[in-house]
Amino acid sequence: MHPSIRRRLFLQLSVVAAILSLAFFLVLRSVAERAAEGTQDDILAASATAIADSLRSENAAVTLDLPYSALSMLGTVSEDRVFYRVAVDGRTLTGYNDLPDPPRLGRPGEAAFHTHDYRGEEVRMVAVTRRVGSLNNTAQAVITVAQTRQGLAAISQRITATATAVGTGFFLLATALSLFAAGSALRPIDRLTGAVTRRGPKDLRPVTAKAPTELVPLVDALNSFMARLRASLLRTEDFIAEAAHRVRTPLATVRAQAEVTHRKLNKPEHKQAIREMIRAIDESSRSAGQMLDHAMVTFRTDSLAREDVELRQLVTETCDRLSPTAGLKDIALQRDLPPDDLHMKADKILLQAALLNILDNAIKYSPEDSDITVSLTREDALTLSVADQGRGFADMDLDRLMNRYERGANVHDVVGSGLGLTIAQDVARAHGGTLSIATNDGGSGACVSLILPL
Amino acid sequence: MRFLLIEDNLKLAHAVVERLQLDGHAVDHAETLDAANACLDVADYDLILLDIMLPDGDGRDFLDRQRRAARRTPVIVITARSAVSDRVGLLDLGADDFITKPFDFSELEARCRAVLRRQGGAADNRKTYQGATLDSTAGALLFGGRNIALRNRELRLLEIFFAAPGQVFSKSHLMDRLFSLSDEASENAIEVYVGRLRKRLEGSGARIETVRGLGYRMVAV
Repeated sequence: MHPSIRRRLFLQLSVVAAILSLAFFLVLRSVAERAAEGTQDDILAASATAIADSLRSENAAVTLDLPYSALSMLGTVSEDRVFYRVAVDGRTLTGYNDLPDPPRLGRPGEAAFHTHDYRGEEVRMVAVTRRVGSLNNTAQAVITVAQTRQGLAAISQRITATATAVGTGFFLLATALSLFAAGSALRPIDRLTGAVTRRGPKDLRPVTAKAPTELVPLVDALNSFMARLRASLLRTEDFIAEAAHRVRTPLATVRAQAEVTHRKLNKPEHKQAIREMIRAIDESSRSAGQMLDHAMVTFRTDSLAREDVELRQLVTETCDRLSPTAGLKDIALQRDLPPDDLHMKADKILLQAALLNILDNAIKYSPEDSDITVSLTREDALTLSVADQGRGFADMDLDRLMNRYERGANVHDVVGSGLGLTIAQDVARAHGGTLSIATNDGGSGACVSLILPL
Repeated sequence: MRFLLIEDNLKLAHAVVERLQLDGHAVDHAETLDAANACLDVADYDLILLDIMLPDGDGRDFLDRQRRAARRTPVIVITARSAVSDRVGLLDLGADDFITKPFDFSELEARCRAVLRRQGGAADNRKTYQGATLDSTAGALLFGGRNIALRNRELRLLEIFFAAPGQVFSKSHLMDRLFSLSDEASENAIEVYVGRLRKRLEGSGARIETVRGLGYRMVAV
């Protein structure tokens, strides 16, 4: 399985957020530290300059009246220790003798900064050079002021903590936003998936769910695929109908000739052979008819027509249609219909197919000289029942009988394909109802009922 | 009965014609709609058997024209299309019934009979023998002011005897006529039906006689 887009999108957005947060953290820390360092440098320079300004030259001797403020201003920043040294021409005038000379000196009047280890601690040093004395008797004074950096380290620590907190917060916020963004970017896909998933297995109508521009080609491709599938199914149905048509005319010829021959033959074994032939023809014709009906039912179930159907008339028409066939076996089709019209919204052709197949089964499996009763009742639901006086379903698994091509165990002597009840059940389901099959009270005869919700 | 069969498949048509003639029907065959119209101009038929796909037109158009011209001769359509949806349109166009290929001739006969009964019957559908009248259309036996309703097989069996009184019919011939060829039936069944007919005919001038070793025939009492 390929990694999910949601996960990938979320991970990518999170990595970007992490990089941005880290960069933000680094920039914030370096700017703040540089600012803090700059402040120390400025104060060191100011302090050194103030000392330099206090240098006096009298009679070729340089004196210094160290201003207190020059050193106290350093204390305003932190509690760090301060060292200084004033050297004139290399001699220490005042201050710490061992404070090292700066590695290089700036031009007179300019401050030169550097960092150095002194007495086991890192110190920031500034050196200011000043010429003192009269015109022909000048000396070079170097004023060095140094300060340890513990205060700066504390500031830097505080800055780092703040930058870390801000960076982490930024990262968490960005991550949450990217989770939301990934979700909302994928929501149209979820919607589309839902629209396709909720469909029935045979629903091939085009998808009409609104899709963002990027998904339009996918939806178009899906719709065109479904249109092709639908066309292909239609072609298959046409093909089945056409094939059945092509086969039926020659079969009719064979059957008619077989009947003529049967009439003319005298030997019982010859007659029996022709009889077998006719049974085989009838079987293939019946199977083809039921398969066609089954395909038709499957196809119509997709786009179920919901027209107004009057059930009493439908039962009457169907019984009239099958009465001559039933009459051949002296079977009477009794009708037990309510006095008033019974209307429902349904697919008339499907209901007809269901009733025809149930009745056809009943006639096939009924003994000569018997009654088949078609009844129509309306209580909580509409029940259309066909009860016969045939062999019933004995002890068979009633659920299995409704499977495709499944026939009862006691019917090997009757022509059939086993699709009749499947067709009736598919029709019942398509209308939100059920097909119930049972053996009549008293154990003789079967009762098949189509139960449809009102 | 007199049939007009409109069917372009010659082999099928010949077999159907021969089969219907075996049962004593008169059949004219037309291969095209033109030929059918020519037949209808010169003769009256009890029933038209119509195929749908014909070389010079659609059988449904023919049906439609017949009905528009108020010609009420019953039409049974012989169709190769079995789907329920195909059948509905045929009845709406004015066909009286239809039968799907390949068909059982006893079923075709039963349908013809049902259609004729609905229409009120063809003229020559009553046969009388020794004062007993068999009304095939109504499915009734009439004699001495009595009107006895017959079940389907009783009627068909009586029709055979009434068509040729005095002629001996073998059990197996009667079996062939009475039972669909795809049903299993024993020759005993014929004895049951003959027994019933004898009861029906009690009190009339006709009776059914057993001819030992040969079969049955209808004779005067």
